[in-house]
Amino acid sequence: MKKILVLALLCLSLPLAYQAQAKEAEYIGGEPEIHARVMGVSEELRCLVCQGQSLADSNSDFAVDMRGQIQEMMETGMNDREVVDFMVQRYGDYVRYRPPFNATTFLLWFGPFILLGVGIAVLYTNVLRRRKQIEEVPLTEEEHRRAAELLEEGSGENKA
Amino acid sequence: MIPEIGHFALIIALCLAIVQGIFPILGAQLNIRPWMTMARPVAQGQFVFLAIAFGCLVYAFVNDDFSVLYTASHSNSLLPTQYKVAGVWGGHEGSLLLWALMLGLWTFLVTLFSKNLPDEMVARVIGVLGLIGVGFLLFMLLTSNPFERLLPAAPDGRDLNPLLQDFGLIIHPPMLYMGYVGFSVAFAFAISALLGGRLDAAWARWSRPWTIVAWCFLTGGIALGSWWAYYELGWGGWWFWDPVENASVMPWFVGTALIHSLVVTEKRGGFKSWTVLLAIIAFSLSLLGTFLVRSGVITSVHAFATDPERGTFILAFLFIVVVSSLLLFAWRAPKVGLGGKFELVSKETMLLVNNVILTVIASAVLLGTIYPIIIETLSSIGIIAATNKVSVGAPYFNATFVPLLVPLVFLVGMGPMARWKKADMPDMVRQLRWAFVASAIVAVAVPFLMGGWSWLAALGMVMAAWIVTTAFHGLKHRFNATHPELPWGHRLKAIPMSFYGMHLAHIGVAVAIIGGTLVSNYQSDKDVRMDIGDTVDVGGYTFRFDGVIATKGPNYTANQGMIRVLQDGHELMTLRPEKRIYTVQTMPMTEAAIDTNVWRDLYVSLGEPVSGGAWSVRVYHKPFVVWLWAGAFLMLLGGVLAITDKRYRVMARRESKAKAETAMASPKIAAEKA
Amino acid sequence: MVRYLAPLVIFVVMAGFLYYGLSLNPQDVPSPLVGKPAPQFELSQLHQTEQMISRDSNLGKVWLLNVWASWCVSCRQEHPVLMQLARSGEVPIYGLNYKDERDAAINWLQDFGNPYVMSAHDYNGRVGVDYGVYGVPETYVIDKQGVIRHKHTGPVSPQALKETILPLVRELKG
Repeated sequence: MKKILVLALLCLSLPLAYQAQAKEAEYIGGEPEIHARVMGVSEELRCLVCQGQSLADSNSDFAVDMRGQIQEMMETGMNDREVVDFMVQRYGDYVRYRPPFNATTFLLWFGPFILLGVGIAVLYTNVLRRRKQIEEVPLTEEEHRRAAELLEEGSGENKA
Repeated sequence: MIPEIGHFALIIALCLAIVQGIFPILGAQLNIRPWMTMARPVAQGQFVFLAIAFGCLVYAFVNDDFSVLYTASHSNSLLPTQYKVAGVWGGHEGSLLLWALMLGLWTFLVTLFSKNLPDEMVARVIGVLGLIGVGFLLFMLLTSNPFERLLPAAPDGRDLNPLLQDFGLIIHPPMLYMGYVGFSVAFAFAISALLGGRLDAAWARWSRPWTIVAWCFLTGGIALGSWWAYYELGWGGWWFWDPVENASVMPWFVGTALIHSLVVTEKRGGFKSWTVLLAIIAFSLSLLGTFLVRSGVITSVHAFATDPERGTFILAFLFIVVVSSLLLFAWRAPKVGLGGKFELVSKETMLLVNNVILTVIASAVLLGTIYPIIIETLSSIGIIAATNKVSVGAPYFNATFVPLLVPLVFLVGMGPMARWKKADMPDMVRQLRWAFVASAIVAVAVPFLMGGWSWLAALGMVMAAWIVTTAFHGLKHRFNATHPELPWGHRLKAIPMSFYGMHLAHIGVAVAIIGGTLVSNYQSDKDVRMDIGDTVDVGGYTFRFDGVIATKGPNYTANQGMIRVLQDGHELMTLRPEKRIYTVQTMPMTEAAIDTNVWRDLYVSLGEPVSGGAWSVRVYHKPFVVWLWAGAFLMLLGGVLAITDKRYRVMARRESKAKAETAMASPKIAAEKA
Repeated sequence: MVRYLAPLVIFVVMAGFLYYGLSLNPQDVPSPLVGKPAPQFELSQLHQTEQMISRDSNLGKVWLLNVWASWCVSCRQEHPVLMQLARSGEVPIYGLNYKDERDAAINWLQDFGNPYVMSAHDYNGRVGVDYGVYGVPETYVIDKQGVIRHKHTGPVSPQALKETILPLVRELKG
């Protein structure tokens, strides 16, 4: 009996206990604005020890350390660009998932758009050229008859 | 004994594949009829032996036969049975066997559904599929035998990677491989047409349904993969532009181009050589994907354990397949006729511009994926400095993909409206002006409703709204033009299924764009330390941490967090994210808890225990995220509708009739030739 | 005919790169610090807390900076190589004890031997970050002017020592 009473009391007090403690949870990884910036920059940086993941996507020690480092730097007032520069100075362009624009990455950044231009140009000249080359042959009487037949068959199908 | 039977079945399958790859093709070229008729039974036999081999491997997994090296390294006696079965394709060797089995299955289906095709065509198609099978079976038997014995047998297996112990492994790889391998059928049709010099509208019509089915599988496979990554990896991302993901979207983009260009070839007889080239490229990219994933040439979380010998083999195989097909292409394509005439502004042109853009997108993905290899190669030969080594990741792909998507989506709205041969531009502008106005309104309104202006969100919404409004306009237009004298139910029925399918697939694109746009721009998340009773507010919901209990699964122990979700003081649900430790590999796994509805996902994942009973918890509010996969599902459904079009059945009947006639006539022709 | 060969040409070029790529290690990260002055640092010594150690104290000699930690498993793999090198006296090795507890590090050196002239204690890893450390162990070759000439990531193998590091050291010594 006593046990039950204690249990009942416990049950009653549990919600109370919650209320006594209930508080806003503390942020990990900084205030929301900083945290969002940390994650934003982390998405653009490579986790060097991982199999091709960004710092934001990885939970490896390296990535966790680096996110902490980035957070500290941002809290001291560095902007996103300075943070990225800091990383590039130490780890090279390889650390950036957004490759810098330079002579060796020219083809990477402009290749697709050059290709688009070339593709459209080739298409344009092709269409113009073939329009001149093709003489549409008018249908013979026999073909007209067959076409009509086919249409007939098709509409019969519709009704079925 | 069973593994040896499996191994032996593979060897027989290889022998049959060799026969299947040589005699029917030679028979078709030299007009030796018995050789051609061998194609069907031999291919069916090959499929049977592949199925036997596959069955043997499943048997080894289910019965914990750890004297098989592959089983010992990818399974464990404690593994639940469904994962033992799925574990068969959880590693390199077994997934390769799945590849080969799928190829056998597709070939088998071709033998069943090709009754109305000319015999030479069937023989060549099955022959080409046989040659591809030879490559894969050789690869498997020489470098990656799944039946290799481990002596002495391991007492127990090393277990399947816990990341893979999930429902996703059961359905994602089979679906994806059905898609990848399915493009081999389109490829085989293309090669057969080139070999036979019969590159015409009929060829396009025959290969179109096959291509669409493969495309549907690939769409589903990619979407499942994305969904799986979303809920399993624990940080709620859904697309990473990881090299392995890229390997699957490249054939998808080219395959999408292919199903559009097949329309031009079938209906207007135009751009045949381009269509054939796309069919070759789509399958080549599937093979390239296999190379990238299995050779170790790139780094990816998803890549298989690799060794250079395998890489060299696949590259050699890829080289043989692609070089011989492209040589054949260069030899035959210049002789292909031009097809119907059309003007610069016409449906034909729009479909071709669509093709150009899709191909450019696929090329951009390819370029980004292999650019690091190019740079590294150049730097190791000493042309450029080693410090030029680059990483190409999501920011690059997003930056190139979005600008290319915009004109593509614009065409999705225009193309279906345009007429063949010559479109009336002013008329189209007049018809679509309301669609444009409506899209602009949506683009401005939605960001404000979602709680903040963003140019990217507006851009995404204008694209999605444009597709949807033009699709409904197109349906209305078609409806009005269809038998106005009939009651509306009959009129709806009279519109061909492929028309509905097309618009449904396009709306699927819009739905996916809405999901992607809104979740990227309006998701919110908090990373918090929670004591029992602590609360955190995210996205208008309150999450209260009620502590952690210990639970146990079949092969893991877990800490299960209890997180109550409240809104306006009402309790809505309890989310139970888990932190699991799988006993065999003692690997920790985060199992997120997700509540999904149409408007948002609530996504909670449990981090690490912090001091004094508190845990780190990550809480996300992800608006509209499920629309991404719903969109992909609509695309898939659109493809399914398109192939149920009765047009194909009518054609099939007519062709089999025509074939019967030519068969009767052919002795005469043969006599004339003689 | 020629324009129909374009896809083939593109593919063959790509295949060439892929073939070459098979023999390369995609995980290898080149350090941008090679050829640049080694970052300045000033840390307390591992064994004598009150003594400081800095980059400039080594100006005028060629030396190796080896990043290690007691928690680092592959450090044990390279340790015999470093011990042997230290005995040969060919080049002084300085340690950078990275993100490690002082006691654990000292015990580790007692157990396995101490190849270092001295070790700097980089408790919070700040100096390591300046050097672009991402995987321990790492080894830097630094010349008389304090410029980094080479970086080796991962355990130093006898082969890497013989074929790359020592020839470079001899050359730098002049």
